Amino acid sequence: MADKIHSTKLQDKLERNIWAMILMTAFVLSIGGIVEIVPLFYLKSTMEHNEHPEIMWDRKEGQSLDDWKPGDGIRPYTALELAGRDVYIREGCYLCHSQMIRPFRDEKERYGHYSLASESIYDHPFQWGSKRTGPDLARVGGKYSDEWHVKHLIAPRSVVPESVMPNYPWLAENKLDGATITANMKGMKTIGVPYTDADIAGAAAAVEGKTEMDAMVAYMQVLGTMAKLDYGVSYRD
Amino acid sequence: METTEKYHFDVVRWFSVAAVIYLVVGTLVGVLIASQLAWPVLNFDNPYLTFGRLRPLHTNAVIFAFGGCVLMATAFYSVQRTCGVKLWSNKLAWFTFWGWNLIIVSAVITLPLGLTQGKEYAELEWPIDIAIAVVWVAFTINFVMTIANRKSSHIYVSNWFFLGMMIMITYLHVVNSLAIPVGMFKSYSIFSGVQDAMIQWWWGHNAVGFYLTAGFLGIMYYFVPKQANRPIFSYRLSVIHFWALTFGYVWLGAHHLQYTALPDWTGSLGAAISIAMIIPSWGGAINGMMTLSGAWDKLRTDYVLRFLIASLAFYAMSTFEGPIMSIKTVNALSHYTDWTVGHVHSGALGWVGMVAAGALYHMVMKLWNTEMYSSKLVNTHFWLATVGTVIYIVALWISGIMQGLMWRDYDAFGTLTYTFAESVAAMHPYYAMRAIGGFLYMLGGAVMLYNVVMTIRQASTNPSTSAEPARA
Repeated sequence: MADKIHSTKLQDKLERNIWAMILMTAFVLSIGGIVEIVPLFYLKSTMEHNEHPEIMWDRKEGQSLDDWKPGDGIRPYTALELAGRDVYIREGCYLCHSQMIRPFRDEKERYGHYSLASESIYDHPFQWGSKRTGPDLARVGGKYSDEWHVKHLIAPRSVVPESVMPNYPWLAENKLDGATITANMKGMKTIGVPYTDADIAGAAAAVEGKTEMDAMVAYMQVLGTMAKLDYGVSYRD
Repeated sequence: METTEKYHFDVVRWFSVAAVIYLVVGTLVGVLIASQLAWPVLNFDNPYLTFGRLRPLHTNAVIFAFGGCVLMATAFYSVQRTCGVKLWSNKLAWFTFWGWNLIIVSAVITLPLGLTQGKEYAELEWPIDIAIAVVWVAFTINFVMTIANRKSSHIYVSNWFFLGMMIMITYLHVVNSLAIPVGMFKSYSIFSGVQDAMIQWWWGHNAVGFYLTAGFLGIMYYFVPKQANRPIFSYRLSVIHFWALTFGYVWLGAHHLQYTALPDWTGSLGAAISIAMIIPSWGGAINGMMTLSGAWDKLRTDYVLRFLIASLAFYAMSTFEGPIMSIKTVNALSHYTDWTVGHVHSGALGWVGMVAAGALYHMVMKLWNTEMYSSKLVNTHFWLATVGTVIYIVALWISGIMQGLMWRDYDAFGTLTYTFAESVAAMHPYYAMRAIGGFLYMLGGAVMLYNVVMTIRQASTNPSTSAEPARA
């Protein structure tokens, strides 16, 4: 009975030999991931700025992040914005807000130009999200005043009665820590975000006396404002 | 007791009881966060209790605490029985038990504190990630070495599925968690933007595909035939099921990113394979259900079997729904809505939760060599779970499709009909309904916990029944 082969020779061999089974399973399991992931790192068409270099900020020698103006192009986050992004991640905002506008008519009217891959090139980790319990935030920058954001974060229903967002009153009380943000920017630099030594040296001073609320507002206000996108240009095929 | 046993079952007992406790805890957190969406006052203006911090706690508790303990209990149980030998190392099994539970405790502490890597289902920070890798590999080595020591000539099908899960989760966890530490509990993913998104959903969908599907199919292939006392319907179908699932599931992550800035070829490839996956998935569901062929009457009297078969019905349903949702035109509507959340829960509550309950009841009776304290309460649990699941998924079908339609609706003047806030307000009744469905499901879990505790107490006060467990 045990010697009868009920399937193919190969299958029977695998079922009798755990090491062969492991090797075969490990091989079969690796194919899909390799095919889908590896090309994303080297195919030029993945990032739009290879075709359209104007969407990236062309930073000149000696320029600081403060010399950047909205629309100048995609750049790393400033110390304050990065601190805001850290708060955004800590509070799990990405669980209810996406940052990825799809190329549909209604999304264009509601949120703006569809999102590009190059726009999240400095996002470690990405914050595209998977759920819109609240609206998309990819281009929320500049849509509301700083005061509105403060009010909204402290008590969302005071400005949007239908909202189901939690209140975040503690953001206004928590002070930022210069040493933490310096360490965070150094870490970002290690994994490829082009911060200069001057950016990092000035980080602690840039967040001195600021609260997490200031940081969140700065982060909200920069979202989607970096690159000036032209509706007449096809960035993605 | 340990020395008289043919197998190392004490560690299985502990994992089984832990699993039932985590079922109640994990769903309790789920009910709280579901209620927060319906009634935001329940966030209590307390940072440690806000939705954004508790949602990862819920997913980690149900997937890794409950699901993990179920998988470790059933894998350690069935590998010994199907191989006819004791675990390779009882010590390593206990290391796995305490290590895994220590990880769960650290998740319960760090997630409400807001310590997170910010990647869904992979929130735990880098020191905990390293611990997960170590414990997971210990679990895998023990499993593999037990198979290597087996007395049977062939490796039984349930073990293929467990093995596939162990290898794939090792790949996924290691790659997706690659990060640069910038503090004791803070790190940044080494990947960014589009590549990070693809790697995250390669992880995200395969945590579902291997942890919650392949692993639980391993459970199905052992416990359905055992509980029904019949051989599995088709050996050939299991071979096809296994290899097709192993090869195919890996590709599906890309369907989470359709119409995003991920290149179109990747999303379309993911969608195409997703649609094809309906074949192995249904093959597996049929294989499980048809095992009962000729003995359907057992469903009337055997409540444990009822759990197992109902779980396969939900498995078939959600593996039909999934491919549909990966079709680009459907995905354009369903993505970002509650429909996705509903789909996950039809798999999680209906398939994973119910097959786990069936397996746990079966094991509790075998491990303590007794009948359940109350089989009526097993039936009560079954109906609470079934009704709760149905209420939950129906509520989110309605809310999800409604959201999708409201967002894209235009009036006669060609302008958007609804503001976003109006779509949020429209969700309220369905969010309330979902919380009720989840509450019923949690109540079922609580009934199970009570029943299991009483069964164990009954078994320990009646030592006459604690003979050697029946052989596999």
